[in-house]
This record gives sequence, structure tokens and C-alpha cells, in this order.
Amino acid sequence: MVSVLSDIYSVLWVDLRFLRRHWLRTLATSIVSPILYLVAFGFGLGRGISFGGYGYLDFVIPGIIALTAMTGSYNGAGMKLHVDRLFYKCFDEYLLSPISMFSLAVGKTLIGVVRGLLASGALLAVGIVLSSSLIIGPLFVLVLVTSCFVFSFLGVLVGLLAKSHQDMGTFSTLVILPMTFLSGTFFSLSQLPDAVKAVLYVLPLTHSSESLRAAALGQPFPWLSFLALLGFGLVFFAGCLLALKRISV
Amino acid sequence: MEEIIQTDKLTKIYDGVSAIQDLVLTVHAGEIFGFLGPNGAGKTTTIRVLTTLTKPTSGHALVSSFDVVKEPDKVKKVIGVVQQHLSLDRDLTVRENMEFRARLRHIGSSERKRRIDALLDYVGLTDQANRIVDKLSGGMKKRVSIVSSLMHRPKVLFLDEPTVGLDAQTRRRLWELIRRLNLDGTTIFLTTHYIEEAEALCQRVGILHHGRLIALGTPLQLRNKLGLVTVETLVRNKETHYQYFADRAAATSYAQNLPPEVKTIIIRDSNLEDVFVEQTGEKVEGD
Repeated sequence: MVSVLSDIYSVLWVDLRFLRRHWLRTLATSIVSPILYLVAFGFGLGRGISFGGYGYLDFVIPGIIALTAMTGSYNGAGMKLHVDRLFYKCFDEYLLSPISMFSLAVGKTLIGVVRGLLASGALLAVGIVLSSSLIIGPLFVLVLVTSCFVFSFLGVLVGLLAKSHQDMGTFSTLVILPMTFLSGTFFSLSQLPDAVKAVLYVLPLTHSSESLRAAALGQPFPWLSFLALLGFGLVFFAGCLLALKRISV
Repeated sequence: MEEIIQTDKLTKIYDGVSAIQDLVLTVHAGEIFGFLGPNGAGKTTTIRVLTTLTKPTSGHALVSSFDVVKEPDKVKKVIGVVQQHLSLDRDLTVRENMEFRARLRHIGSSERKRRIDALLDYVGLTDQANRIVDKLSGGMKKRVSIVSSLMHRPKVLFLDEPTVGLDAQTRRRLWELIRRLNLDGTTIFLTTHYIEEAEALCQRVGILHHGRLIALGTPLQLRNKLGLVTVETLVRNKETHYQYFADRAAATSYAQNLPPEVKTIIIRDSNLEDVFVEQTGEKVEGD
């Protein structure tokens, strides 16, 4: 157990060194888009709109925090791994060392979690200033950390499977971008037809947004959504282990 | 003599194409063994199989008596690998790259620092320890790559095309380093498509062509089979013709009796390129 933890930290250590050197740039690039969304949707389009007794700003901030957790974790885990694997080609060093695939997958995931939490934490600080309705309790933190793990697993998986830089771009355009706008981040899914809703519940960000919003606004917690989020995490992690196994064939 | 690498009918097939075919090979402990062949001959695939990065389609390979398929973790503990591409994290410093390798090999903190300092001193890079790898010259990066792979004191060091893309002076410095490592007890398995590199460094050479081992022996043994002296003759509008002789006297006698239309005659020592060309009809380094 100690050896597994030590291996996980060894994998994480490299990425933490990189983050330490580039933390300001990393943080700035992670929060520019969410802040633009906050300004455009929260203050621009959303002024005067209310949802279930809450102002639009109160409604949209948890969604944008979930979105930030997703992009921060996904990019934080996936992009560097992808660059290390296909461009710097230093990923083989992990495969040449006697550490387990489990330690490698978790270690590579953790940097995404750290970067996702940093970015969403910064957004949360802005959110607390702008909205007095946010409740930052244990449930909120649990959902936020879980979301970071789920999207970080996804980042590792895509980073391991991508055969080129274009593959990463294609996945971002076809999956991450639609998820950004359609997963109940900026609007309530209750307004949508059932068929559309069914499709949107296949996206993990939908469950992350709904769970985080419920926790932040003190609404009844959607445990089914949280379980679905955990399910996505398990599937993505299993995918990471399979992808790592495939790489060494 | 202890055999540190043994392969038996080792084969790797990618999409129906054999990258290596029925490779039977032994490498002795303490030697510098070279795999010579053109690009695409199967050299890198062989290294990837022997270093556990790629599973063979069939056959067996043992490194330090450990099976590369059944005991990959034991193999990983006794090998160091320097890949053709740099395989360094170019955003980290020299020291951080070395520390990273040491951490992955479970080397404790104080021992880690001691080994990093000693290895940097060994290759004359102590003053570069805190520089970002991306800012180093090609030769320095290669040296960092080599010493990083030595952090866990491997018995066998695999070097895949160690001097490709480097200038002549840097190449010679690396040869010196490789010889020094070998003298200090590390078995070296290297691949190259440079004839002079194989001749300058390797005690034994295997020549690989389309995944098959077509010749194996010391450079002198391989040249001896062909003839130690080569006579190159060129007739206008025709290809260069090569003839091989056991000694210089026989070569000179042959050259003296050539017809007058032969415009250029060169008498020289034969080399591994001659061996390769005679066996395959192709050049090692391509046209």
C-alpha cells in the first residue's frame, strides 16, 4: 500500500514541478473562459431572469463552477499526458519503470484533479463575492472533488487513446464543447422535452452541474445524479487501465 | 562467458508485416553489442521487445535470465534505456528529470541526491543541473538522457541510435562516454545505422535486414569472411564495382592487371558497409 502511494506521488511529482513553474499561466488560462461566461451569461443575458426563486446569477454560478472543474481537470490531465506521449515521447519512461498501471493511471489523474480544483476554487472565490446564496458545505466539496476526478479520468483516457493532436481537438469539439453548453450549466433542463433531456443525461457534466447546484443552493440533493457521476468515473478509470494495457502491446 | 541477453526465434508482426523474424541472438555480459541495419530493419522493435515495451508475437527473450514477457518488472530493474527520441521532459530541469527517474525506481531521497551529483559529474554536466532541458544543446540532451537512464545502476544499457542527428565532435564525445560506461561494467546493447559507429564501438555486431539477422560476429570476423581489403573500380557510365581480397598484396596485383577503361581504382580496408552490401545488395545508410 505504501509502495502504491509512493508510486502515485512519484508520477504526480513531475506534473507538480511543471505546475509550480507555470502556475500563474495555468490558472489564468483555466479561468478566462469561465469568467467570460459569467460576465456574458450572468450579467448580460441573465439579468432579470430568475429560476425557482433564485436570481440567474445564483443559478448559473454553480453550473459554471462545474464547467470549470470539467475543463480544468480534463485539460490538466489530458493535454500534458498527450504531449508527453506523442511529442516529447517521455511517457515511455513510466512504462519502463516497475510501477503498476494502477499507480500510473491514478498519478496522472491527480494532476488533473489538482488543476481542476485550483481553477474551480478560483471561480468559487469569485462566486462567493457575487452571490450571497451559495452554500459551501461538505456535499458541495464532495461533488466538486468527484467531478474533478471524473473529468480527469476522462482526460487521461483521451490522452492515452489520441493518436494525434487532431484527435484531441476533435474530441474537444465534438464532446467537450457541446457538453459545455448543453449540460444544464446555463439553463435548467426541466424546460426541455423529455427526449432531449434523456440525451443530455448521458453527459457527465449534466450530473455534475445538477448535483453541484443542488448542494450550493440547498435544494434536495439528486443522489441518482451523483451515483451516475460515480459510475462515469468508474467507467473512465477502467478505460484508462485498459488503454494503458493496450499501449504496451 | 555469461549470457546477459538471449533470444530464441523472437518474432514481432505488425499488421501482417514481420518487424523481426525468428531472431536468435546472445549478448555476453560486459560487451558492447551493436545492431547494425538501415532504417526499418527492425532494430528499434528488437529494443522495444527486449525492454518490455512491446510484446513479441512469438519466440522468447531473456534479459539477465528474466523472461521479458513473464517477468517484465524484474527485467525493468536491470535495464536502462536511452531511446532514439530524447524521452526527457523538456519543461523540467536536468536535475528534475533525473530525480523523476530515480523516484520511479524507488531510490530514497539522500541516495537520489548522491547519485544525481555523481552522474552529473561523470558526464561533466554539474553546472547544467538546474537548466531547463529544452535550453540545452543536442549533445547535452543526449548525455542527460544517458545518465538519467543510469540512476538505478542497470546491468544492461540499451541505446537506440544514440548519436543520430549529432555533429561529428559530439558523436565522438558520446562514444567516449559509452566506452567509459562499458569499462565500468555496464553491458551495452546499441543500434545504429552508422558503419563507423558500429566499427568504433562494438566488440560484436549483428547485421539486421528486413527483420532477419543476416550476419553476426566481431567486425574483424565479418570483414574476414568477405576479405579484409576492398578494390573499388569505376568505369565511365557504369556502376562502381567492388572486389574483395584477403590482403593488400592480392588487391594490388588485381588492380595492376585491370583494363585501361577502368578510370578510378581505390584500394582500401573493407568495412561493415561492404559486408552489408554484399549480403543484401543495399546500402546501410541508404542513398
